[in-house]
Amino acid sequence: MNAIRRGLSSAVVQAFLVVIGLVWMTPLAGLFLSSLRSAEETAEGGWWTVFTSPGQLSFDNYSALLDNSGITQAFWNTVLISVPTTVLVVVVAALAGYAFAWLDFPGREPIFLLVVALLVVPVQIGLLPVAKLFGQLGLFGTIPGVVLFHVAYGLPFAIFLLRNYFAEMPKEMLEAARMDGGSEWRIFIRLVLPVGRPAIASLAIFQFLWVWNDMLVALLFADSSAQPLTVQLQSQIRQFGSNIDVLAPGAFLSLVVPVVVFFAFQRHFVQGVMAGSVK
Amino acid sequence: MTATLLKEASPPAAPHPDGSRGRRLRRRGRVIALLFVFPALLLLGALVVYPVLFSVGRSFFDASGNEFVGGENYAEMFRDPATLKAIRNTAIWVVVAPTLLTGLGLILAVLVEKVRWATAFKLLLFMPMAVSFLAAGIIFRLAYDEDPDKGVLNAAVVSVHDAFEGSSSYPTARARDGEGLTARPDGSYVTGADVSPGGTAALGLVGVAPKDLPGDAEPARPAASRSAGADEIGGVVYLDFTPGGGGKPGVVDPDESGLPGMKVEAVRDGSTVATATTGADGSFRFTGLDGGAYTLKLPSANFAAPYDGISWLGPALVTPAIIGAYLWIWTGFAMVLIGAGLATLPRDALEAARMDGANEWQIFRRITVPLLAPVLTVVFVTLVINVMKVFDLVYIIAPGPVQEDATVLATQMWLVSFGGGNNQGLGSALGVLLLLLVIPAMVFNVRRFRRSQR
Repeated sequence: MNAIRRGLSSAVVQAFLVVIGLVWMTPLAGLFLSSLRSAEETAEGGWWTVFTSPGQLSFDNYSALLDNSGITQAFWNTVLISVPTTVLVVVVAALAGYAFAWLDFPGREPIFLLVVALLVVPVQIGLLPVAKLFGQLGLFGTIPGVVLFHVAYGLPFAIFLLRNYFAEMPKEMLEAARMDGGSEWRIFIRLVLPVGRPAIASLAIFQFLWVWNDMLVALLFADSSAQPLTVQLQSQIRQFGSNIDVLAPGAFLSLVVPVVVFFAFQRHFVQGVMAGSVK
Repeated sequence: MTATLLKEASPPAAPHPDGSRGRRLRRRGRVIALLFVFPALLLLGALVVYPVLFSVGRSFFDASGNEFVGGENYAEMFRDPATLKAIRNTAIWVVVAPTLLTGLGLILAVLVEKVRWATAFKLLLFMPMAVSFLAAGIIFRLAYDEDPDKGVLNAAVVSVHDAFEGSSSYPTARARDGEGLTARPDGSYVTGADVSPGGTAALGLVGVAPKDLPGDAEPARPAASRSAGADEIGGVVYLDFTPGGGGKPGVVDPDESGLPGMKVEAVRDGSTVATATTGADGSFRFTGLDGGAYTLKLPSANFAAPYDGISWLGPALVTPAIIGAYLWIWTGFAMVLIGAGLATLPRDALEAARMDGANEWQIFRRITVPLLAPVLTVVFVTLVINVMKVFDLVYIIAPGPVQEDATVLATQMWLVSFGGGNNQGLGSALGVLLLLLVIPAMVFNVRRFRRSQR
């Protein structure tokens, strides 16, 4: 009797989770199927009509997208913003993280507490002052400007994460290396970076996705020749409905990269996002 | 929040040799250390710390930045209806979204442990975290589309509604004046003359375009000429219009079509005694009627405007709708974090409770939830911080005219500073307000870190 009841309740749980899973997949499936239909077909009926008439599906929207210079340019801009930002954040934060963990300099403790405090500062507060500053420096509207802003606002978390990871290295390991006469630079390159690889990987993936998916910062700091995919697509949203044949494949293109990264590095990604949730 | 806080940091291994050579070495060490931290400090100082101070200062000046206005911008924030609306919406977000997410995450985390495909399920729900708010915004703009032929949500709502209520087939149909049918104020039509059992009626309507007729509609004339039995009333409901012209009003001409699926009621002394639905040729028949005079009625349900579903992105529902999209993105995060906490619960406590005969609900309520309280708090606080800064989703999903109903602090700050408002004094004040709201989290982080250092 008990076994039957347990079996029944487990069937209910399974059914419930299957329904939730389907609900979670539907929006994404809807976007993908919409991206494979022409504007006329979208005007006539929903994406679910493909199940009864699969003849609608074609990759025409995608080939049109590749001929759309605005979109392809924006795609490369996204790469040119995300990759350098990720590299810079990792390098600058690794240097600082090592110094905060193992080197002696005046004000080390209070400065690190300040970094911890900066973790939750919203980017909004930086928009206006940095825009003025970049205007004076000629960086406003350029890709380097966008990159610098992202690096600065990515640093508190990056330093926090790496400093804590490096600090857990065994002290003897470092002392042995110092005894051998290695300079701090050599120790950093040969010892600290390899040991810190798991944390650096999580940080890099998290940072890359964060910047790839950003819209707000680029909306202000990137002019039309520097704008990434998110900004380019949002500028087309005003005529939502009439140009779903551009928006749907464009949105899908913009999320393919993060989703592939997600599945390729799921463990690092989950750790990175969970650690980065303080932001 | 679950950042790998270290348990104890060892003090720096600074050598303390005496003598001038030692001092020189130490100074050299400090210079090297400063070189290591310099790039980070430069960027943080110029692009984070300085802007915070600048914004705080700027918030005390007027729109142009020339005149000191004291707290005027902060007072304006609570006077200006648009900003007030943003503050109110942000409050709704902060209360509703983290609560729902934590609850949903907890339920799913507990349930998913009971199935074998837990990992696949977690991956599926976590995946939206990798998707940008922009893409999620486009996805949900599409899902929330008001037209049931485009938006999947309204398609579902309308098909459920029509399954229970039935859909009206002829929203545009009406009767010709003076041809036997009288309109009632409630939208129904009744026959002017009474019909007795044994009699028939031909009820003509116009206003239905031939292309809107159901595909199975057949000509009404054969049925119209059929007679009725002694206890029956028969007849047709037909489209009193001959395509191409030539028909006579009030007469069932050969090419005129029946109107299938029309509801007809036989009414006697004000109460409905029988109902029928017309067939493919528009015919209906009431049988087993007592003698007497009846009126025939076409109830208003036949003519009701079709049900269009819910206006998700209208002013009333736009904020809940966007919160729904937010749930799609963040539920996986809450579930995975709570699941990680769940894995650390002491197995023996749960087993002991089970041995004592506690059921699953009691275990959940009395053991799991109290033990998980610290994790739930962390998840909740994390979500509050993130929800306060929500920008992209609102900016993307709310259609232009509804934007002001959906506005939150972050979008309002954007609009006021850069999007036409061009009031950088008020914009800075809104930015400072956002910063003030996250200060508790800042204190929480610093305290937690210092505690971890002891």
